[in-house]
Amino acid sequence: MTTAISQTRASTFRDEVINATPGDSHLEMCIQCGTCGGSCPSGPDMEHTPRAIFEMIAANLKNEVLRSNTPWYCVACYYCMVRCPQDIHITDIMYTLKRLSIKEGLFRQSSTPDAQDWSQTFIDFVENYGRSFELGIAARYHLTHHPLDAMKLAPFGLGMLRKGRMDLTPKRIKGIDQLKAILKRAKELGGEA
Amino acid sequence: MKYGYYPGCSLEKNAIAYHQSTIAATKPFGVELAEIDDWNCCGTSEYISIDLYAAYALIARNLAIAANQPGNGHQLVAPCSLCYLNLSKTEYYLSQSPELKKKIDIALAAGGLVYEAGNMKIRHILDIIVNDIGFSAIQEKVSNPLKGLRVAAYYGCLIVRPGFEEIFDDYEYPTSLDKLMRILGAQVVDFPLKSHCCGGHMTQISENVAFELIHRLLKNAADYKADVIATICPMCQLNLDAYQMDVNRHFKTDYNIPILYFTQLMGLALGISAQDLGIGKEFVDAGPALAKIGVEVPEPEVYRRHRPPKEELPMPSMPEEG
Repeated sequence: MTTAISQTRASTFRDEVINATPGDSHLEMCIQCGTCGGSCPSGPDMEHTPRAIFEMIAANLKNEVLRSNTPWYCVACYYCMVRCPQDIHITDIMYTLKRLSIKEGLFRQSSTPDAQDWSQTFIDFVENYGRSFELGIAARYHLTHHPLDAMKLAPFGLGMLRKGRMDLTPKRIKGIDQLKAILKRAKELGGEA
Repeated sequence: MKYGYYPGCSLEKNAIAYHQSTIAATKPFGVELAEIDDWNCCGTSEYISIDLYAAYALIARNLAIAANQPGNGHQLVAPCSLCYLNLSKTEYYLSQSPELKKKIDIALAAGGLVYEAGNMKIRHILDIIVNDIGFSAIQEKVSNPLKGLRVAAYYGCLIVRPGFEEIFDDYEYPTSLDKLMRILGAQVVDFPLKSHCCGGHMTQISENVAFELIHRLLKNAADYKADVIATICPMCQLNLDAYQMDVNRHFKTDYNIPILYFTQLMGLALGISAQDLGIGKEFVDAGPALAKIGVEVPEPEVYRRHRPPKEELPMPSMPEEG
């Protein structure tokens, strides 16, 4: 078992990715077979297949990798991961690339500059209430990103309300202060990348 | 059979039918699901995209609380596939990566909590039903077989992946739900895309990607003339059900396939009323499909603003003459 997430300074971009991924990601084991890209449900919409991304990582093309839409189009279905003959933790590497892209500010230059904001909006609610709140998340994200199109979502929202499937107000957990303390301490440990 | 129960945010409201039907369909077999105290969101796939340690600490808080709650046999059941995956993945990485464990220990300590990896076993509700209750016990209690109902058993992606731990079914072509549906009397159709992804949160990020994935699944089920798709995940149910009309508009198709939770179908076969199973909250009307097995879909409780009845309005009145 190799150890990841070490504090040592990474010498190559590949080391940086391996160090920021929990457990043993086996990234260095890629044999470029392409099983990942062939299995990927959103592969056709990605600028680079996972296979291509891994070779770009090996070639130290950090900026190109972190500007790619590939990690943001990953649907996290783990199909590639269970099929990979080298047991590479592909989905976890995609998450690492998202975090590195945010850390370096390069996601704004990708073709999906808003995808990070959806995640951020979601976790803002979780950090403040301890639970997800669909109405608030969707309203805040869509109104701040494409207010003119946001009205298109009204029928969907009304349908959810009419079927009794959406709350109008968020729920807050009792231990929210405890949760906030845990998350604050966790963030100080430097897990943003 | 006692277990800890982690419903997850979806089952509180959007997928409340899944919660109701899970409880109703497992109760006759002596399954007790004790909800863990004051649980928090699992962070879905969003938190881990932003902060690694915070994401794992968020999930670890639930594990720590569950481990300290007596009477659950150190088993935690999650019906939502994403909650299930996040909980079991955290459990796995905490035992595999000492560095991660050290960081999460520090974070949990800030909230006065401790969690030892390996303390909780994470199970999916399908696993409990198929393996702990077992097919023969279920068969004995089937009173209203789903005879003539053509069911596509849809697993979605996460329940059988990523396969770090021993999983209870095949990761590429699982069959446990197919077998369960057959025991309940349904006619299970072939469904080659049974473990393909529904698109998850992509409906919010790229409609083109999401609608394509939803369309593939609907087409596949329609090709095999399924009356209903049985799901095991709130995200799959929402995407296939609530977006079905949008997908039809996008691809100029006219799919009309109701999406029900497998626990709802199980409940119907056990003779539980549609009302008690939360049936009627679907966007795509399940009426015509369920009519085949003689079940009527109840009207959903319509959302109305609460107004006090007229006679209760405060009115001035004359003092009674005495």
